[in-house]
Amino acid sequence: MSRMRTIEMALGTSGVDSRGNPLRAPLVAQGDRAIAVDTPPLAFEPELDADHMLINIGPQHPATHGVLRLVLELDGETVVRCIPHIGYLHCGFEKIGEYRQYNQIIPWTDREDYLNSPGNNVAFVLGAERLFGVGMTDRCKVLRVILMELSRIMSHVVWLGTTSVDIGAFTPFLWLYQERENIYNLLEGWVGARLTTTATRVGGMAADIPDGWLDGLKAFIKGFPKTLEESVGMLETNAIWAGRTVGLGAISAADAVNAGLSGPMVRASGVAYDVRKDFPYLDYETYDFDVPVGSQGDVYDRFLVRVEEMRQSIRILEQAVRRLPGGPVNIDDPRIILPPKHKATSDMESMIHHFKLVMEGPRPPAGECYVPVESPKGEKGYYFVSDGTAKPVRWRIRPPSFVNLSAIPKMVEGHLLSDVIAINASIDIVMGEIDR
Amino acid sequence: MPTNDARLVTVDPAAQDGWVATRLDFLVNWARAGSLWPMPFGTACCAIEFMATAASRFDLARFGMERLSYSPRQADVLICAGRVPLKLAPVLRRIYQQMPQPKWVISMGACASTGGMFDNYAVVQGIDTIIPVDVYVPGCPPRPEALIHGIIMLQKKVMQERLKDRELHVEMEPDPTSQLYIPPSRIDELSEPFGNSVHQTRSAP
Amino acid sequence: MTAPSDATALAPILSAAVAEDSNGSPITPGLIAHRGGPVNGTADTLAVQFGEAVLRTEVVWGETTVYLRADMLHAAVRWLHDTPSERYDYLVDITAVEYRDADRPLEVVWHLRALQRRRFLRLKVELVKRQPLVVDSIIDIYSGADWLERECYDMFGIRFDGHPDLRRILMWDTYREGFPLRKDFPLRGRFSRAEQLKQALAADPEARYSVNELSIAEAFDSLPEDMKRRIAARDETARDNAAAEFDA
Repeated sequence: MSRMRTIEMALGTSGVDSRGNPLRAPLVAQGDRAIAVDTPPLAFEPELDADHMLINIGPQHPATHGVLRLVLELDGETVVRCIPHIGYLHCGFEKIGEYRQYNQIIPWTDREDYLNSPGNNVAFVLGAERLFGVGMTDRCKVLRVILMELSRIMSHVVWLGTTSVDIGAFTPFLWLYQERENIYNLLEGWVGARLTTTATRVGGMAADIPDGWLDGLKAFIKGFPKTLEESVGMLETNAIWAGRTVGLGAISAADAVNAGLSGPMVRASGVAYDVRKDFPYLDYETYDFDVPVGSQGDVYDRFLVRVEEMRQSIRILEQAVRRLPGGPVNIDDPRIILPPKHKATSDMESMIHHFKLVMEGPRPPAGECYVPVESPKGEKGYYFVSDGTAKPVRWRIRPPSFVNLSAIPKMVEGHLLSDVIAINASIDIVMGEIDR
Repeated sequence: MPTNDARLVTVDPAAQDGWVATRLDFLVNWARAGSLWPMPFGTACCAIEFMATAASRFDLARFGMERLSYSPRQADVLICAGRVPLKLAPVLRRIYQQMPQPKWVISMGACASTGGMFDNYAVVQGIDTIIPVDVYVPGCPPRPEALIHGIIMLQKKVMQERLKDRELHVEMEPDPTSQLYIPPSRIDELSEPFGNSVHQTRSAP
Repeated sequence: MTAPSDATALAPILSAAVAEDSNGSPITPGLIAHRGGPVNGTADTLAVQFGEAVLRTEVVWGETTVYLRADMLHAAVRWLHDTPSERYDYLVDITAVEYRDADRPLEVVWHLRALQRRRFLRLKVELVKRQPLVVDSIIDIYSGADWLERECYDMFGIRFDGHPDLRRILMWDTYREGFPLRKDFPLRGRFSRAEQLKQALAADPEARYSVNELSIAEAFDSLPEDMKRRIAARDETARDNAAAEFDA
């Protein structure tokens, strides 16, 4: 024992780590010397390049936009290889969906891509309504367009704010977050929640907009472009911003399509694919708006594409506000829609109706469907499989960020370590959606 | 006259706290409570509300949380904002252990406090099964006002600490084989389904 | 043209895959028939091209689903991708469906899209549950299939033949409870909460798992001997066997 202690004191370490596993070169006492025993040669020889370094970013990291873990092989400052690890926010959404009725799943859609919760709510009910074989009222259509575009602005605003912070500019974050607070006020006035809205229901909405809500929206439409131009003006022609984003993380159009990228990622690379234009829903073909398409596919182009999308969203919102029709917001289908509350608490029939719908849930016919929407991250779709019961057999979330992130190894190769953060930020990932 | 001002330390002559000791307690606690540097362990939606709390409308900086520290080595409070899946549990444990004493933990949101709406195979049913928690802030996500209320509650808790309490800031030692710091039976008891969760094993129509 | 929003009249107007006005511009589809909508032309050309391998075609809610035999899947997808008249250049999703009825086979689902022609197609392969769950990987056709197939493996235990690095992606690599999205996997998992925590905390957050990483990592030498030998022999079945203990 005293021999072991002599070895320890000479080295300053005990040769074992905290779990008792031997450290890299296990030392064995021989006489009163310590020798390193080589492990016997293996059939598989690891290729160790002595100059390269392996570092680990995350999963707890301020700049990874969530719990993402990137393992980078570095040659100095240059990235040679990048291996992303995900799953640190995997919470079993799809499994839970099989144990919930369709309207009960809507709160989960909020938590999944939590930056554009209202958009997810809309995407979900579009798919569920197709599965049920029902439509929606005209007023509901326009309200949903308003929700989708508001949530697009919400999400891009957080994206721009956090990307600026990642690259080093803190002020746009504060200015743009105030705009997000204005949207929160609107959402809170409508559905009662700031972030996790659960604003839609199968066949309609959770509630109609209150009186005076449209004035608040109009005020927002008036005020937002000014803030946007202020924040973007600080960045667009800024030498530091351009220097840190131009030419970075470019991906070609062919690679982008082959990798299944969608949204601003694929549009910045020059592919004009927008679900609102190519597979329209909610009468988007009747709105007058443009879809920005980039050319280089680098981080700067993605920035420009998203900024322009925000401007176009304001344009759509203006049109939606002007065309909002009156009428009911829910369809008139007793198989799906709950009776009005005042009736359910006074009229026996309505009470039983309410009871049955809440306890058993509305049942769609057996079948399956996939309805994609253009979420701020890309093509988002929910794939439902129903066997005729109130709970889906399979609820699949097609996560745009998941597929977009899988292209990151290609995008960061050859760039510097600090560029990895910028490129990662430009993908606009939300780990809640990636890991579900 | 007894007051509700938690900044005043109540002196009980029978407890033999000398005047110097109580003044020292107050000074140390006031310094600590007024400059709690948070480590935002933000995972999901609560992290967005945390960011909103730190932004200009609600402004966490007024409460001493000026500097968000993403390195646990320089942080006082671990604010666990968001759901913690089982895959992230060892990471959370490691981050907590890397923080130097004195340290506190705020569990923000329903998911961090109890597992929230995710009573399934993948999510830790409350981070207090992994690390000791001081303040729980319920909500899904909690409003920024609620988080601030939680932070003020933590500040009040800090103000009531005594330097002579040796058990206060002792590092948690988990059981070396299981890595759990509370008995397994207690964890199972706490994580039992109740209310609506009881029915979730029935996938049938 | 906005379609009528009358919920009671299920007018079978258009197919979800092809909703166009008279000019050929895409429009929002109106109400769609549950069954019997127009078929995506690709289903017919596939049947001509691959004959027996196309088991059947269904049109549900306007979307065409082609059921293929497992062995011809790769060839069919390659053909769909390369043929100029089809050009399904975009892979939307790969997933799997297990029905509550224990006798129904597991279905692996591919969603493909032809961007230029604005067409959507769903391919399915049925896998009998008692047999090994193996299908071909299409990672050589679409690079986006990489993670999608890994996730399918992680959640269902379906092996994708030809995938270079098929390992768990959402759960941790040494996850022992099984494949979560299978119907025989209970919602709260198989182990008790304390046991799940124990296993989760035992996983080393700094461990590096893929051969890719291990080839450059210094951590390789400190791995346990049997894991080193297993990885050296590229023997992944041991890991899968441990995970598959719970599957019937």
